[in-house]
Amino acid sequence: MSFQITILDTNEVYSCKETQHLLSGMMQLGKKGIPVGCRSGGCGVCKVKIHQGAYATKKMSRDHVSQDEENSGTVLACRVFPQTNISLSVIGHLHKAVMR
Amino acid sequence: MAMTGILRPGHIQLRVLDMDESLNHYCNNVGLIETDRDEQGRVYLKCWDEQDKFSVVLEPSDRSGMDHVAYKVATEQDLWHYESKIKKFGIDTKRVPAGELKGCGERVRFVVPAGHTFELFAEKEQVGNGLSTTNPAPWPRGLKGMEPIRFDHCLLYGNNFDENFKFFTEALDFQLTEQIVDGELQLAAFLTCSTKAHDVAFIRSEKSAQLHHASFLLGSWEGVLKAGDIISMEDIPLETGPTRHGLTRGQTIYFFDPSGNRNEVFAEDSYVYPDSPVLTWTADNIGQAIFYHSRTLVESFMGVTS
Repeated sequence: MSFQITILDTNEVYSCKETQHLLSGMMQLGKKGIPVGCRSGGCGVCKVKIHQGAYATKKMSRDHVSQDEENSGTVLACRVFPQTNISLSVIGHLHKAVMR
Repeated sequence: MAMTGILRPGHIQLRVLDMDESLNHYCNNVGLIETDRDEQGRVYLKCWDEQDKFSVVLEPSDRSGMDHVAYKVATEQDLWHYESKIKKFGIDTKRVPAGELKGCGERVRFVVPAGHTFELFAEKEQVGNGLSTTNPAPWPRGLKGMEPIRFDHCLLYGNNFDENFKFFTEALDFQLTEQIVDGELQLAAFLTCSTKAHDVAFIRSEKSAQLHHASFLLGSWEGVLKAGDIISMEDIPLETGPTRHGLTRGQTIYFFDPSGNRNEVFAEDSYVYPDSPVLTWTADNIGQAIFYHSRTLVESFMGVTS
């Protein structure tokens, strides 16, 4: 089953299967909007705030998302599997490359 | 004996979020071999052509990244020699008792200026590479996945870059092999304690103690291509490659483990001797230095760490 994912920052909408994490759905369609990093819950660049919708999660690194944040819908997009349509805003960003 | 003091990367302890997924990744897909487990839930792995009992330790955790990396020294005397040099440099050391990691002797632990925990040790149980030491076969049967030969190096992002460089070259006697410079400013330093293109590399960063990648050596370019096949077959998050680095001229591919720790497998990089010149890449040519073919930086490659 597929659901509609709305990135509120850009008004980008894409569909994502319940078996796909939010980044995988976005990437497969060539869409952009959420920064893509490790896609395994470890680097924190795809941090999003879920405003609406239900979802399942997998473990994410506590260096990037605290339990309180996770409980209140601040999660890593690569660890979120949609169960309904979802709207989200982007919090994460790629770190500055090297210090000059 | 030509090679003395610090010999090589002995092991890296990586924090993982899910042990079953991580073991599937490292054993079935990358192709490391499990050699032991301990009561802390840690799992010990090695590459096939390593003699020592383990070169990777997976530690169950609620966060990703590197717990520590440990280098093997030639003798126990070297261990105390470097412990004293490290203290003289102004860095505290701590002794971790033998057996804290199963099969590993006493370790000297310290935090380098870039923020990472490093260790030195002189003894580790040797289990062999599965081949006889008399009339040995060239390789053992039944290898899995990408068939890595050894844990080769790690690349780390950290702050206090200049102090860290001084520590590695002066206190630990590492040799600079290649660098990226922006005018007078060193942005990246590739360092060896042997004759390899690097046994560790550091990138100048604002953040302390970040792991960029743990790297494993393969036998050939064909092996790097096959690694790419396995990455797609098994739905492993690919970052970039197969391609070639300018730095070290290694043939390479990058991907992530199930906890977001970056892995590299590579083949056929360069080598140095103590009298080799330092190779310098300039910041205005950084695209080619890092990805020789595309000459274009990959945003996540420059910015994502664990």
